[in-house]
Amino acid sequence: MTLNGNGNGNGNGHGGAQLPLHTFVALVEDEPGVLNRVVSLFRRRNYNIISLNVGRTHVPGLSRLTVVMQADADTARRMEANLYKLVNVLRVEDISGEASVVRDLALIKVHVTAERRSEVLQLCEVFRARVIDIGPDALIAEITGTQDKIDGLVNVLRPFGIAEMVQTGAIAMRRGDAALATDSENDTTKAA
Amino acid sequence: MTHSTARAEHALDPSQSPQPEPYGVPASAAPAADDMPDRRGQPLTGAQILWEVLVREGVDVVFGYPGGAIMPAYDAMPAYPIRHVLVRHEQGASHMADGYARASGRVGVCLATSGPGATNLVSGIATAMLDSVPMVCITGQVGSQLLGSDAFQEVDITGVTLPITKHNYLVTRAEDLADVLREAFYIARSGRPGPVLVDICKDAQQASAVFEYDDRPITLPGYRPDHRPPESDMDRALELIQTAERPVILCGHGVIRSEATEALMAFVERTEIPVTCTLLGLGAFPASHPLNLGMMGMHGEAWVNQAIQDADLLIAVGMRFDDRVTGKTSRYAPRAKKIHIELDPAEINKNVKVDVALIGDAKDVLGRLLERVETRGCTSWLHQIDWMKGDSAVRDIQKLPDCGKLYAAHVIHDLWRLTEGDAVIVTDVGQHQMWEAQYYKHEYPRSLITSGGLGTMGFALPAAIGARFARPGDEVWVVAGDGGFQMTACELSTCAQEGLKVNVAIINNGYLGMVRQWQEFFYQRRYVATPMKSPDFVKLAEAHGLTGLRVTQRSEVAAAVKTARETPGTVVIDFRVEQEDSVYPMVPAGADLDQMIRRPVPTPGTPLFDTTHPLLETSED
Repeated sequence: MTLNGNGNGNGNGHGGAQLPLHTFVALVEDEPGVLNRVVSLFRRRNYNIISLNVGRTHVPGLSRLTVVMQADADTARRMEANLYKLVNVLRVEDISGEASVVRDLALIKVHVTAERRSEVLQLCEVFRARVIDIGPDALIAEITGTQDKIDGLVNVLRPFGIAEMVQTGAIAMRRGDAALATDSENDTTKAA
Repeated sequence: MTHSTARAEHALDPSQSPQPEPYGVPASAAPAADDMPDRRGQPLTGAQILWEVLVREGVDVVFGYPGGAIMPAYDAMPAYPIRHVLVRHEQGASHMADGYARASGRVGVCLATSGPGATNLVSGIATAMLDSVPMVCITGQVGSQLLGSDAFQEVDITGVTLPITKHNYLVTRAEDLADVLREAFYIARSGRPGPVLVDICKDAQQASAVFEYDDRPITLPGYRPDHRPPESDMDRALELIQTAERPVILCGHGVIRSEATEALMAFVERTEIPVTCTLLGLGAFPASHPLNLGMMGMHGEAWVNQAIQDADLLIAVGMRFDDRVTGKTSRYAPRAKKIHIELDPAEINKNVKVDVALIGDAKDVLGRLLERVETRGCTSWLHQIDWMKGDSAVRDIQKLPDCGKLYAAHVIHDLWRLTEGDAVIVTDVGQHQMWEAQYYKHEYPRSLITSGGLGTMGFALPAAIGARFARPGDEVWVVAGDGGFQMTACELSTCAQEGLKVNVAIINNGYLGMVRQWQEFFYQRRYVATPMKSPDFVKLAEAHGLTGLRVTQRSEVAAAVKTARETPGTVVIDFRVEQEDSVYPMVPAGADLDQMIRRPVPTPGTPLFDTTHPLLETSED
């Protein structure tokens, strides 16, 4: 196991195509620089982040982030331990092995004029994508789901000409009543 | 057998009656903090709040260098009972705070201005980070309105130091300052210690805020420094300890940090398990104890590394299986079960896979083990280790004649003898550091201060100045090479200005010796960029108004050391040692731990070794 980023480590992004995906969810303080601290842990070890999402939660002052990386089990455990060491990180979980829902949202702008628009609309319907903007020469489709489903839609839209697309990155949550929470969060919730 | 650490405790006990000032530092360097008026609830400037908090955190000395963005803090300083030491380069300030912290166990503090002042601290911060040293670094920053504008002397120092601090803060408002500084000290000293940087905008120093200081213990929602292993893990560890036939204890810096020396001693005497120390663990267990095997690792003794490789149980306490300690990790102690007593969960299974992890404070965990561990012996294992030693110990260089030459090992051995092993030794990085570790026998914790993890040349002199303030009653010696000494030699001026007594032994071989040794062993003696011309160190000392001495023969060592000890003020001794001497034994980087380059055997025709070398006549370990 190399951690020094010399290009052949099991954990780093260059040679790790066969490694499983790990999805970390973390509760962090909503302060300047916190995202930088989290990302720095991955950068210094030369791990490639596959996707990263961060946003606010129902608790004021707490953000939640979801990081997806390729790693073996040992590397993932150490990443979790190192994330925990950050003073601004309140909770971390690697939910890869757990029953969970993972979602990604994509916006895809397709070049299409009136004559072929109905074809695109049909395809979007099959993928349960919503069309949220239509112009004379383009439309925007919104699709929510797993990466596989998004890739599927992209593949069928590609022949029409994709002008641009954007993805949120995965967001994830465990199924059932398990929750990523902290004592302070519960207190706050009760108080509110 | 009891090995008292009374001396070290004495040195750290501030309640001892004030001593004369043999080393230039008053036993109580500052007026009593108790005399300060209580300014809580009053409006103070950010600069005043800074010093209020520092005094309340028990800080008695800060090492720093002024500049534009930190001027408000300096302007407020004289009203507070804290001694300021003006350094000559901010790297010196961070090493001094580090040396102070290592020698005392308290938090060291350094102070610098924005921009270049802050970036000059970086090597010292990284040094403290890799060796888990509690330190608070305070830097000035441009006004908060100018942040990010490339203002004069602006640098994003919280960004720069993010990966080399335990945590850092940017403060833009005076009212945030007290809480941030309290947190900074708390984070620096709790759990696995480390450096914390607080970057304070100039306007936050100038603005006023009501000074609030909350005495209650700090709780941070995302910071849990304390861990305690569950009973089930303790059970598994005890079972391994009770049944092992060839156990070895690996004693690291964490034993010193958690003040677990006595607990370790009791554990060892109960179990008869031999101990080996990492470089930073030296002194945590008395060198003279019969169960102390010595130092492990790259320049550890061969029998120590062999014992580790042959062991069936390793009990690692407060150490992190650094690559300089393990050699090739895939072949490290292959037959041994491993117990890792460690406070930082992120260290578990990082370098070496362990069988039982006891995550907690070393003193606490050893104490709990001690409650339950049964008396056991290791007689046959100890005999086996004795046999591995052979006669290598008695044939070591310290017993060999000098043949009219001056060997670094002899210098350090003599220094140990002449100071009766009682000095605080601060070493730089390189060959002399390894010889010091091999030949100066450390009996007490905090008697060796050295940059282990980062290997920072230039560390020794400033760290010794820090140690000087931490240990006003103890003798402090710098052992440095001619290369490293020159990196921070400007701090001789600090010694002169502050009237400090530090003795400096320069092990001068005219080379960057450790690099030269690697060139000799691994680069076919191509000595690229390692021969080094140095100034006349005697004249250099004298130019600072200090005393300089030169030693070229072993017969002169004792007299020079005596003169240094008796002369007031800092004394620099230039020991002109053998130029192409090497540190043995040695595990080449990345090799198996027991594949050592041994002390040379006098085999004619071996190109690597000079057969007329006096060391070769008898040494064969």
